[in-house]
Amino acid sequence: MIEIDGITKVYDGTAAVDNVSMIVETGTITVIVGTSGSGKTTLLRMINRLVEPTSGEVRINGDATSAEKPHLLRRRIGYAIQGHGLFPHHTVARNIGAVPELLNWSKGDIRARVDELLTLLAMEPAQFRDRYPAELSGGQQQRVGVARALASRPDLLLMDEPFGALDPIIRMRAQEDLRRIQQQLGSTIMLITHDMEEAIRLGDRVAVMDAGRLVQHGTPAEIVARPATEFVANMVGDVERPLRLLSLVPVSEIMEEGPAEGDALPAEASLRDALSACLWTGRDAVPVMRDGSGPGRVTLASIRARAERRA
Amino acid sequence: MRIGTILRPALIVVLIALVLRPTWFAPVFAPFAPAGGPVIYDRASLLSLSLSHLTLVVLASAAATLVAVTLAILVTRPAGAAFRPLSRTITNMGQTFPPVAVLALAVPMLGFGAGPTLVALFLYGLLPIFENAMTGLSTLPPATIEAARGIGLNRWQRLIRVELPLALPVMLTGIRLSVVISLGTATIGSTVAARTLGEVIIAGLLTNNTAYVLQGGLIVGLFAVLIYDALVQLEARLISRTGG
Repeated sequence: MIEIDGITKVYDGTAAVDNVSMIVETGTITVIVGTSGSGKTTLLRMINRLVEPTSGEVRINGDATSAEKPHLLRRRIGYAIQGHGLFPHHTVARNIGAVPELLNWSKGDIRARVDELLTLLAMEPAQFRDRYPAELSGGQQQRVGVARALASRPDLLLMDEPFGALDPIIRMRAQEDLRRIQQQLGSTIMLITHDMEEAIRLGDRVAVMDAGRLVQHGTPAEIVARPATEFVANMVGDVERPLRLLSLVPVSEIMEEGPAEGDALPAEASLRDALSACLWTGRDAVPVMRDGSGPGRVTLASIRARAERRA
Repeated sequence: MRIGTILRPALIVVLIALVLRPTWFAPVFAPFAPAGGPVIYDRASLLSLSLSHLTLVVLASAAATLVAVTLAILVTRPAGAAFRPLSRTITNMGQTFPPVAVLALAVPMLGFGAGPTLVALFLYGLLPIFENAMTGLSTLPPATIEAARGIGLNRWQRLIRVELPLALPVMLTGIRLSVVISLGTATIGSTVAARTLGEVIIAGLLTNNTAYVLQGGLIVGLFAVLIYDALVQLEARLISRTGG
């Protein structure tokens, strides 16, 4: 568990981060979202002490981060940034093994960990281990950056707009990969973005920051359905709101028995996918695949009823 | 096939022959010698002059590299930033001061011989190495440096593992410039009795023997061209490895 307790950073008399407190549960993704200048990056950098807080404290599993030397603290906290920041003069394997090397792992252990992470990120170890970052595509570089951050099995992973430099298609895949890996490893992640869509898709919890203050911290559904301030509502976008809400609800929640024409949706699809399929093909109901008892269906009327509940 | 692949070995062969078997070139230089005068310099072995010349250059460049790079590292640390203008001024002065003047001033203190030449070459070589090392160390990719801090490298580890290796190609360019300037400048050292290839050139100038001047000049020139080329190759290899 990560406890951020009344943390403040003042630059030249102005608070870049103003008395922010929040708790991040172990094994969850918390996405901090805000416009540029909202203090989100400063907040993140205070957690691994790249920036020293003016006041307040961060505790990781009960231990105050101020009690440890900054560079030793950072070896326990994974860090991935926009534009990956890989070492251009080191191979992929040395980049990923950088932190284990600092922690004096044995050569064999480092090698095994590098191969394990490359496999996890769908990069064939034999093919990529000895390449240099310049020989990889943007998406691959970004994955190596994530692998490096995960290498020492850190207590916490901090990610500063990790997908910011990727094109939309690669970006979507990288988000899915991160979700999958996080669930597989049970990692605790704090991620920064300015993209509400990304925050809603990835976060177990979403924290919205505005002008150095934490204005709302809750589940994606809460943020979308009950924005605490005008600013949060603007970030969510009024027009997008019903669709964002629907994207958070799986079809399995309102699936019913009954026949429907046409191609079936997978069980993990969201109501937004179902709505889109109805509108695009002019159907009033779409079939949904499920295990065992044959396909069920989702009707346009039930999607509408669900959307009207606004939660 | 590039022209270098033929030209390079050819120049090396010519240089070795000029140094080890100077008499072979007697017919080439004969037209430039005064009537009845000697054609090939034989007052000292050209090999020993070359070795002594190169030793002076290597020692002076090594010392200049050590001092200039150390200085560049210090002034690119946050604590040393205030000394940046001062160290610039000092190295600029080293470059502005003519080597001949340094020789003249150093002789009363260090006596005749290699000493004053080393001092002159050292001072003259500082600036290009310092300027390039400073540029290399202050234009590193910010994301890489940020990541190096973020994953827990301490200052020393960042310098040794990340900053210096990434700045190395730019630093090498400075060292290359400095070495080539030193190779030429070292010939002046013979005016204060340092043993360099300048001895051949000066002997030629004193006795009006153009053959000597050409012989000495050609050897120094070939050394400079070949060493320059070797360092360019080394830089290119380093750059291709770092993917720059």
